[in-house]
Amino acid sequence: MPSTHDWINNPLGVVEGMFAASQNNPSSGWEAKAVEFFKDRLKEKDAHTSVPSLNDVPLHYLKPNSLVKFRCLIQDMFDPEFYMGVYETVDPSTKVLRCGKYKDVTECGVDFNSRNTVTAERQTFYCVPIPGENPWFALILSHSYAGSSQARVVPSTSYVPSRQKRSYEEDDDMDDMDTQPQKQREPHTGALIPTEQHGNGDCKRLETEAPSSQMTPASHLDLNFPLPGEKGPSCLVKVYEDWDSFKLNDTLEVYGILSVSPALSALADEKDASSSLLDPAECMETAEEQRVHSPPASLVPRLHMLYAKTLPHNNPLLPSAPLEDNSAFLSSTLSEMASVRAELLTYLTHVLLGDALAAEYLILHLISNVYTRRDVLPLGKFTLNLSGCPTVASYTERFYQIIQQLVPCSYYLGMSLQNMNQMRLVPKKDYVANRLVSGALQLARNTSLFLDETQLEQGQLDTTGVRNVTALGNLISWQKVDYDFNYHQMEFPCNINVLIASEGRSLLPSDCQIHLQPQVGPATMEEYLSSIHMHPQASSQLNKLRIYLSVARLLDYSISDEMTKSVEDDFVDMRKDDPQSISAEDLHRMLVVARLLSLSLGQTSLSRDSWLRAKHIEALRRSRMEQHKCVNGNEP
Amino acid sequence: MSSPTSTPGGRKRGRNANPSTPSSEGPTSPPSQRRRGQDSSTGDLMPMPTSPATDMLSPSAPQDTSLFSSPRPSVLPNEVDMSSPLMYGTPMRGTPARQRPDLGSVRKAPQVDLQSEPPSADGAVASEPNAGQKLVIWGTDVNVGTCKEKFQRFLQRFIDPTSNEDENAGLDLNEPLYMQKLEEISVVGDPVLNVNCRHIQSFDAELYRQLISYPQEVIPTFDMAVNELFFERFPDSILEYQIQVRPYNALKTRNMRSLNPEDIDQLITISGMVIRTSQLIPEMQEAFFQCQVCAFSTRVEVDRGRIAEPAVCRNCNTTHSLALVHNRSAFSDKQMIKIQESPEDMPAGQTPHTTIVYAHNDLVDKVQPGDRVNITGIYRAVPMRVNPRQSNVKSVYKTHIDAIHFRKTDERRLHGLDEEAEQKLFTEDRVQTLKELAAKPDVYERLSSALAPSIYEHEDIKKGILLQLFGGTRKDFSQTGRGSFRAEVNILLCGDPGTSKSQLLQYVYNLVPRGQYTSGKGSSAVGLTAYVMKDPETRQLVLQTGALVLSDNGICCIDEFDKMSDNTRSVLHEVMEQQTLSIAKAGIICQLNARTAVLAAANPVESQWNPKKTTIENIQLPHTLLSRFDLIFLMLDPQDEAYDRRLAHHLVSLYYQSEEQMEEEFLDMAVLRDYIAYARTYINPRLSEEASQALIEAYVDMRKIGSGRGMVSAYPRQLESLIRLAEAHAKVRFSEKVETIDVEEAKRLHREALKQSATDPRTGFVDISILTTGMSATARKRKEEVAQALKKLIQAKGKTPAMKYQQLLEDLRGQSETAITKELFDEALRALADEDYLTVTGKTVRLLA
Repeated sequence: MPSTHDWINNPLGVVEGMFAASQNNPSSGWEAKAVEFFKDRLKEKDAHTSVPSLNDVPLHYLKPNSLVKFRCLIQDMFDPEFYMGVYETVDPSTKVLRCGKYKDVTECGVDFNSRNTVTAERQTFYCVPIPGENPWFALILSHSYAGSSQARVVPSTSYVPSRQKRSYEEDDDMDDMDTQPQKQREPHTGALIPTEQHGNGDCKRLETEAPSSQMTPASHLDLNFPLPGEKGPSCLVKVYEDWDSFKLNDTLEVYGILSVSPALSALADEKDASSSLLDPAECMETAEEQRVHSPPASLVPRLHMLYAKTLPHNNPLLPSAPLEDNSAFLSSTLSEMASVRAELLTYLTHVLLGDALAAEYLILHLISNVYTRRDVLPLGKFTLNLSGCPTVASYTERFYQIIQQLVPCSYYLGMSLQNMNQMRLVPKKDYVANRLVSGALQLARNTSLFLDETQLEQGQLDTTGVRNVTALGNLISWQKVDYDFNYHQMEFPCNINVLIASEGRSLLPSDCQIHLQPQVGPATMEEYLSSIHMHPQASSQLNKLRIYLSVARLLDYSISDEMTKSVEDDFVDMRKDDPQSISAEDLHRMLVVARLLSLSLGQTSLSRDSWLRAKHIEALRRSRMEQHKCVNGNEP
Repeated sequence: MSSPTSTPGGRKRGRNANPSTPSSEGPTSPPSQRRRGQDSSTGDLMPMPTSPATDMLSPSAPQDTSLFSSPRPSVLPNEVDMSSPLMYGTPMRGTPARQRPDLGSVRKAPQVDLQSEPPSADGAVASEPNAGQKLVIWGTDVNVGTCKEKFQRFLQRFIDPTSNEDENAGLDLNEPLYMQKLEEISVVGDPVLNVNCRHIQSFDAELYRQLISYPQEVIPTFDMAVNELFFERFPDSILEYQIQVRPYNALKTRNMRSLNPEDIDQLITISGMVIRTSQLIPEMQEAFFQCQVCAFSTRVEVDRGRIAEPAVCRNCNTTHSLALVHNRSAFSDKQMIKIQESPEDMPAGQTPHTTIVYAHNDLVDKVQPGDRVNITGIYRAVPMRVNPRQSNVKSVYKTHIDAIHFRKTDERRLHGLDEEAEQKLFTEDRVQTLKELAAKPDVYERLSSALAPSIYEHEDIKKGILLQLFGGTRKDFSQTGRGSFRAEVNILLCGDPGTSKSQLLQYVYNLVPRGQYTSGKGSSAVGLTAYVMKDPETRQLVLQTGALVLSDNGICCIDEFDKMSDNTRSVLHEVMEQQTLSIAKAGIICQLNARTAVLAAANPVESQWNPKKTTIENIQLPHTLLSRFDLIFLMLDPQDEAYDRRLAHHLVSLYYQSEEQMEEEFLDMAVLRDYIAYARTYINPRLSEEASQALIEAYVDMRKIGSGRGMVSAYPRQLESLIRLAEAHAKVRFSEKVETIDVEEAKRLHREALKQSATDPRTGFVDISILTTGMSATARKRKEEVAQALKKLIQAKGKTPAMKYQQLLEDLRGQSETAITKELFDEALRALADEDYLTVTGKTVRLLA
């Protein structure tokens, strides 16, 4: 059996060992065994922390063909591809069977006529880092690395940065030498070589620059991040088993074998050049498609998946195992829940200019989650429209920064006319490049989307603008985004917490609107606002709030028959007094509020108290709404 | 055997004898085994001879063997090479054979005698039962003679009396089907024979298996067989080239997602949507070389994308003197087509897959982007190109399909032929389940409660929508000049905001396969109908269809109907009664079918429904449009305790229902969908005698209601609605006959809807004229009374040529015992103005004459 670290440094060795061993015994099912082996290793205590992560470690520090992990979102799914699962080398003296699994390139010549060749199928996913990850996130992760595994990461890559650089150059040089004769013979390749060199140049520049900084994507290659201005590596993940179980926009932690072989890009380029001469049909795969589906491995590494788990939440502060399996953690958090909630409430009240009711609703909003769907109706969503936001001193932006501190993933979308008319919100299929061009609404589950409507001014929305506003409306009402496939639309369900900050009632629909009542006079507003800043308390305090929000969302919830009865009675009574006062819609909302309120207190079933409290805050909110009726023309 | 058995000669034979060529091509052989002569170690990769100069550079390349695998099957022009066992028979009376690039580089594979030289890997072949036939094509178990014989027998004998395919229209179903087709070919002169694989399967399963497994070998054999048969029978017919067999509908019809390595080199049929087509690619089939010295010319076939350039002129023995002459070389057409999975075939949450298809010769330009097609072809996988200087190979294959047959699935729709051709296949079991369900006495209630279970109550509305989903029977009166009658039921929902109208619409939209959802606010007339745009590439005018056309045979859900601009709404007039859309713009004048049912939702103008006003006044829609809705429902909040309690219970359980119950419901939705599809496809109820009588009575009754009060309470449109509803109800029962119970239910539902929407709030009577003229008869009567009173008042005032408006209003108010609103007064003035009695200018009323 391989030693402890071999499976991280040389996972292919492990796989090949198993493959070789299986040759005598064809029915051994070595493939399943190999996957099992890695799964077992990763289960060991802290083993997964010793695997370097593509998210944190720059690509050039990682050893090719080593085991790495990558926390990502499936942005696009390419077509399945057939590859040589088993092949025979061509050299007759050493005719051996080799395994092609978990590799992009075959070694030594391949005997295509061999009868032992086995064709197998695998699927490629285009993965990007989870969009909208907030800065504190990376900070915490790097801390945890410094604590536990920094010492191991460096040796595992086993390259001192400067030497690493040279080795890359050597590779490049060799590559260049390779292409030299080709260049002379076939003038067409000339056009392609500059891009390649450009790519290399980028690499070098990066290395001489800040080694610790994240990989910046080269400008000429669109890495297709959902949100503008995102950074980080994107990756082509090759999936060998069970790819039907993954869905678009799933968030995964992938453990796999990193493949950055420069031969990959070289092959692609040359193939392109020579085949265009030989075979006009080959040109059909357009340059764009070529670029998207086989980008240089130095920019978009390949990752051969050994094991992946979907992330139930995206909070590094929580244990990665499901909550039920971690009762110690759960009970300790639950016991603190009430006190943390009070703390959070005070803090948010402060942020919301002293409005405690709005702060209460904001908490409910932050822990809301679509927990199920009934035919077309998503249940559990709680879109909050915070109206009456002051427009002075860029309040909304400050407010967003606070939210950013609390949730793992968030995105600020200023709904200015320009943004609405120009931004690409809905992902669209590009048939020329054969990929799904991402849009800002392609977000992971439970991402907080902050819509700043105070930015909207009067003016004309063009076609794109109307479409974007419709898309936002659909997202809020049905929690789905209709991706544009040119000839048809395709519905993708999503689970995004939308918070709308506006002056009057928002033009977008919402589940719940609350008008902000600042306790601060307009005169002192400026001053007060400038006093709002990042949470003054220690980061451990902040972490508590973060854990609180994530845990509250993950709790189970039920309602007893007794409570059901009592809720029904209540509803009937309320209707009796004044049928106009409460509609089915209102009951829907009250049930959600009651649910979220219970969860925010750490209660996993509805109690009489929570129900009354939910009714109470709803009544408060409604009475406030009365005062602010007819603020603008968006009332139904 | 009728075909010349081969003594494959020359070069080709030599190569095939090469032991490195694949001698075994078992049914599951991986693609790599099929490529021959792949010698990746060959150093000299010779580019295609673009000019003689480059050619000179490669002096003594052993070209015949230096061919490494081309990444796609190349095309061998002269398949008719006499040496091949699969040549297309003796050329028939000079009719040239046409190459079939779609079949790829077939076959110089010789037949092998199993007895003497059993290919080592093909044990399976040796054990074939018909081992009596010794000669099979190398690597397969296909014996050319037997295969040909079988196919000829199939053509001569196959009869399919139950055929209902459109392709067989006009053929005598009791005669051999394909012989009639051959006759057609002899008349029309289009040498293509489409063969339904399902027919072959039912005729000879073994032949079918061979066809699926070895299409490359079997199809040429079929060609041969059919040509022999054809020219025997029609010796005088002249064809452009020999008949080609195009099988389609291979039973392996699957979606793209289920293609796997086992399908390589087999005949498959997949469905999908064309997303991109390439330009036409001329592909060289035969290169023409001419000697620069002695002008001796020679032709060389292209073999797997490479041209073996002759190094020495055979005439003058000069080396490297031959130059390629492009315009004397032979080319064939080729096109790359990309298809994508149809949205229906896809599992939720995944992106669609795409596949490359190559179309050859006359299949080029047969399909356009956006077409839904079934493609039959051979699935290919070829390794990525070997880099000659590197021993490393990308270990990935490229896959594509060589198309043999296209079948557009939406073709019928475009031509407006009899459709309902949703070729939805129901398994026996499913049909059984559906029939059992239909036999239940309460099927109507069951189905309506399965509809949008998350929406509470509104039973009648759900029943209405259920009937809409089924639709009436389509009737054609084009002979008598009225065209076809509308079969679709249109429904309008209006009511207070927040009564889950939109949710109901969303549900319907998700339920029906061809549904469209638009919002009145966001759609323009163009978006609903169709628009013409110029394709940026081809500068061609293209008709882009909008929501109404797209939902032909489906349901178009329009939310916020009241917010729609008048302009937009006006296009609906034609659609909702004539079921067509006329377009006349930018040089395109046409009439498109839009046989869509409209399900619309509208909010009252004053945000809350005003029970004191009529429907028209509440939603402010033109009555011309309203009268086109069969059913208009009000979704109001009923206010009573029992209802509230049930509602609350429903909602609470909605939020906290267990997983299993949800599963159950999901099943319901699938069953419901199938049930509707089945009924729509197979059930066409007709009116029975009693039902007709019942309908007549119902109509007469409806007319009677109003006649007592001097009002018309029903119009022929209402009768038509009743018929449609009754038919739809019969469909729900899977009954081919409309019976009295159907009429009863139609009457009840219609009455319920009328009761809600056409009740005159002033009198409490149902008054259809509210919907047909926009004003109730009472209101009209009242208007007349006021006008008369006003006239009297003016006359009483004597000779005053002009009066103050305000003064007059007050006088009238003082005189009348009922309240006179300003609107009423204005209307009275207008009525009098119409009589030329007076004119109103600003604030003054002047008498005329």
